Order: sequence, then structure tokens, then C-alpha cells
Amino acid sequence: MIDIRHISKTFHKGDTPVDAVRDINLTIARREIVAIIGPSGCGKSTLLNMIAGLYAPSSGDIVYKGSAVSGVNTDVGYMTQKDNLLPWRNVHDNVAFPLELAGIAKAERTERANQVIRHVGLDGFEDRFPNELSGGMRKRACLARMLLYGAETALLDEPFAALDAQLKLAMHDLVLRLASENEQTVVLVTHDLMEAVTLADRVLVCTRRPATVALEQRIDLKRPRDVLNVRFTSEFKDLYDTLWERLRVEYREERV
Amino acid sequence: MTAADADREGRTAQPSAAPRVVTKNIGGVGMLLWQLALGIFLLLAWQGASDRLVDNFFISNPLDVGRRLIGWTMDGSIFMHIWATVYATVMGFVIGSVIGVILGIWLGVSQFASRLLNPYLSALNALPKIALAPLFVLWFGLGIESKIALAAVLVLFLVFLNTFAGVREVDQDLIDGARLMRATRAQIVGKVIIPSALSWVFAGLKISVPYALIGAVLGEMIAANRGLGYLVQFSGSQFDTAGVFAVLIVIALLAVALNLMVETVQHRMERWRIVSR
Repeated sequence: MIDIRHISKTFHKGDTPVDAVRDINLTIARREIVAIIGPSGCGKSTLLNMIAGLYAPSSGDIVYKGSAVSGVNTDVGYMTQKDNLLPWRNVHDNVAFPLELAGIAKAERTERANQVIRHVGLDGFEDRFPNELSGGMRKRACLARMLLYGAETALLDEPFAALDAQLKLAMHDLVLRLASENEQTVVLVTHDLMEAVTLADRVLVCTRRPATVALEQRIDLKRPRDVLNVRFTSEFKDLYDTLWERLRVEYREERV
Repeated sequence: MTAADADREGRTAQPSAAPRVVTKNIGGVGMLLWQLALGIFLLLAWQGASDRLVDNFFISNPLDVGRRLIGWTMDGSIFMHIWATVYATVMGFVIGSVIGVILGIWLGVSQFASRLLNPYLSALNALPKIALAPLFVLWFGLGIESKIALAAVLVLFLVFLNTFAGVREVDQDLIDGARLMRATRAQIVGKVIIPSALSWVFAGLKISVPYALIGAVLGEMIAANRGLGYLVQFSGSQFDTAGVFAVLIVIALLAVALNLMVETVQHRMERWRIVSR
């Protein structure tokens, strides 16, 4: 469904070129959940930005459902690292924003928005403004908005990095449930290995900048997964160790 | 009143103890009395100095100025002048703000237009706008229109620059987010860019109110047959120092009234401002 072919991206910082992504090849099937893991600042977000069509790759192609991405890819829902709620709109109006853009009548908007708001456990906070919410609540509002937009592919960029462990678990559960209910394809960027193994069908380990794929690992844990208990199984531990073995190299090199 | 309030706030914010001890007992009412006392002292000194230290011709005296003010109020002639100035100020402010906001949003949104017009706008902005007055008199005549134009031009640039900066400050992530949700260009401008730039626009509107008054008064000084600017110019040319001082007092009161109005409006919009930040 998403075909990434020899993608590279070079930024220019003044006159010095900085390679963010180098020659990544990746094919993502429909309804697959792929996690991309690697050291901070290695170019993972750049990859997502290219899938979303916000950046054009310096070389290579991204083919989405058979056609090359050449502008903003409106078939994806993108949950960025920084929540991008509109600060002057309350939770309800933020979540309903995609429906408002699509010109859907107010009554229907409100009904559908309230439904997803309940889904992410933000009921009672519809009238609050983003600056009155905690980081976790803002993330959930973003998730609700993405859900309402109804994209077939979700791009998640370190969506739960700022959350505490308990909330993170609840969100993992929610994401898995929603992805399966809505038959979504998910590309998840994270630097949390536990999160990657818990959620994904496949984990890619990226090297330090410029990002290339160092290791590709299938995660054959059965679905539906219990996000809490899955991590105490021996399969989980083996997968975790294999991935950590490779990931460690990147971190060790970074320290030197 | 406002000065006393600001003063008090300043003092409570002072971390050091030393000046606090000295001025601690002077509250709002006490300071108001001191301010009144200073005003009365200055008026008395002025009255005393007139003709004793300095020729009355140059500095007039408070009694004459007061008599002039009362005379103008009694025969009603001052109200015509006040009205002319207020009208030119308000119309200039409204016209200048509307054009400034539209221009600011347009250039802020359109890379091409802003780069195309950038050198010309910089040159126009550097130009002292007052120098345009003769042109406006030629174009719009001696009537109120040329004063409105001058006030509007002063306001326009301030509002334009603020709006433009506000539009440029809009978080690109918010725009990208909307684009990914299939927002049209018009929707991005209307639902993301304008609300986001609103606090900047308000800031621009606020600082441009006094400039509208300046534009109107200056326009009247250059060529007019009514308005406070005309009156101060006319009194000066008649060597009527008391008249000049009387008009200055009226202009100062008008400026204070305008500032109070702006503060009231801003207070009402405080919630908006916080939300749109």
C-alpha cells in the first residue's frame, strides 16, 4: 500500500548539506502496523513527513496506493510529535475541525465529535481549551481528531513520548483497538523499544543520521494483544533482546 | 488615576525593601492628592511667573487660558472643531485599519506578492508620511477628506506591519495539519491564519490609535478651516498664546479619552487575546 523506494533526503544548513535519510526501502501492506525505531534526531520524522507529502524526497519515490506522492497526502492522518491543536478552539471544535473543513452540518459534527471524544476518554472536557489540558489530554484530543478525519493510514510520530507509563499503556490499547476497528494502516515512529514491540507487526531499526534501515524484525505476537501482559511472554523478551542487541550499537556509537 | 495605579503596582513589584519603607504609606488616594497638589502648584507658578519672570505674550497665564476655554464652550465654537478632529481621527483609523489588515493578510499569505512589493513597501514605510500631506490636499481638497487620508496612512502602515508579522508568525505545523485534513486555501486563511494572527492585529490597532489623532491634527494644521489642528495654528498666527494653550489642553484631553476607550475595548477582548495566543 505504501511503497518507499530508495528514498533519500538531504537538508542544507547554510552551505553544508546534512543527510537526514539515506536510501530507505520499505513496503508497507494494508492494515499493517510498522514501527520505526532509532536514536533521537536520526531522521525518522523526516521519513514520516515525506510519506505525508510535506517534504519532497531529494531522490527516490514514495508510492501510495499505486501513485507517486507529489503533494500533501490527504489520505493519511498525521499525529505529529508536537500536538498541533488550534489554541483558540476548544476540544470539541478542535476534534470536529476535519468535519468542519469537509462542510458537514453542525448537528452531525457535534454528534460524531462527541462520540470520538468519549472514545478517547475526554468527555467532560469538550469546552476546555488546549492550554487548559495536560499533555496527555492534548495527545488524546489529537488522536480523536485523527480518528474523526477517518484516514486509512495513520502516521504517528512519537505520539506518547511525554506520557506517564500508565497512560501510555491505556493509549497503546486504544491505538490497537482503533486501528483494528477502522482497518487502518499505521506507521509509528518511536524511540521506545517496548512500545514498538508491543504495537507493531514489524519493527525497523534505524541507524544514526543519516537514517538507513539496520534491521527489520517481524513481530509475530498474536492479535488481539493484551498490551500489558504481552510484555511478560517469553516471545516478547526474545524479540526485545534481538532488537536491543542491534539498537545498542547505534547508541554506543553515538556516545563515542 | 492611571498614573497612581501604575505607580502602586510598580511599588508592589519592587523586590528591594529600601524605597518601599519611604513611600509605603502613600496609597491611591494619597497619591491622587499629591498629584493634585503638584498640578495646583504648577498652575500657581505659571500664573506667578507670567509677566513677572516671562512676558505674558509668550506664556500667557492659566486664568486667560481658562477664560478662553470657557468662552469657546459658551459660544459652542469649540465643539465644531472637536467634532471635526474626532471625525477625521475615527474615519482615518477605520479606513487605515481595514486596508492595513487586508494588505497584511494578503502579503503575509502570498510569498510572491510580499517579495515583489517588499522594496517599495520598505521605501514607503521609511518615508515620513506627513510629507504626503501636500499631495492629499491636492487630491482630496481642503475639506475633511485630506485629514482622513493623512490619519489613515499613518494607521495603515502600523496595522499592516503588525498584521503581516502576525501572519508570518503562524505556526507552520498548524497550517500543515490543516492541509493534511483537506483544507482549501481559503479555509486555511480563514480558520487558521487569521485567528492565529488576531492578537498581533489587535496590538497593531491599539498602538495606531494615537497616530490617527496625530494625522488628523497635523492635517488640520497644514490646510483647513476647522478642527483642533486648525485652531491651534490659527491662534498661533494671531499671536494668541492663551488660545494655543487652550487648544493644547483640549487635544490632550481628547488623547486621554481615546486611550481610555482603547483600554476599555482591550479589557473586553482580554479573553480573546489569551485564547488566540
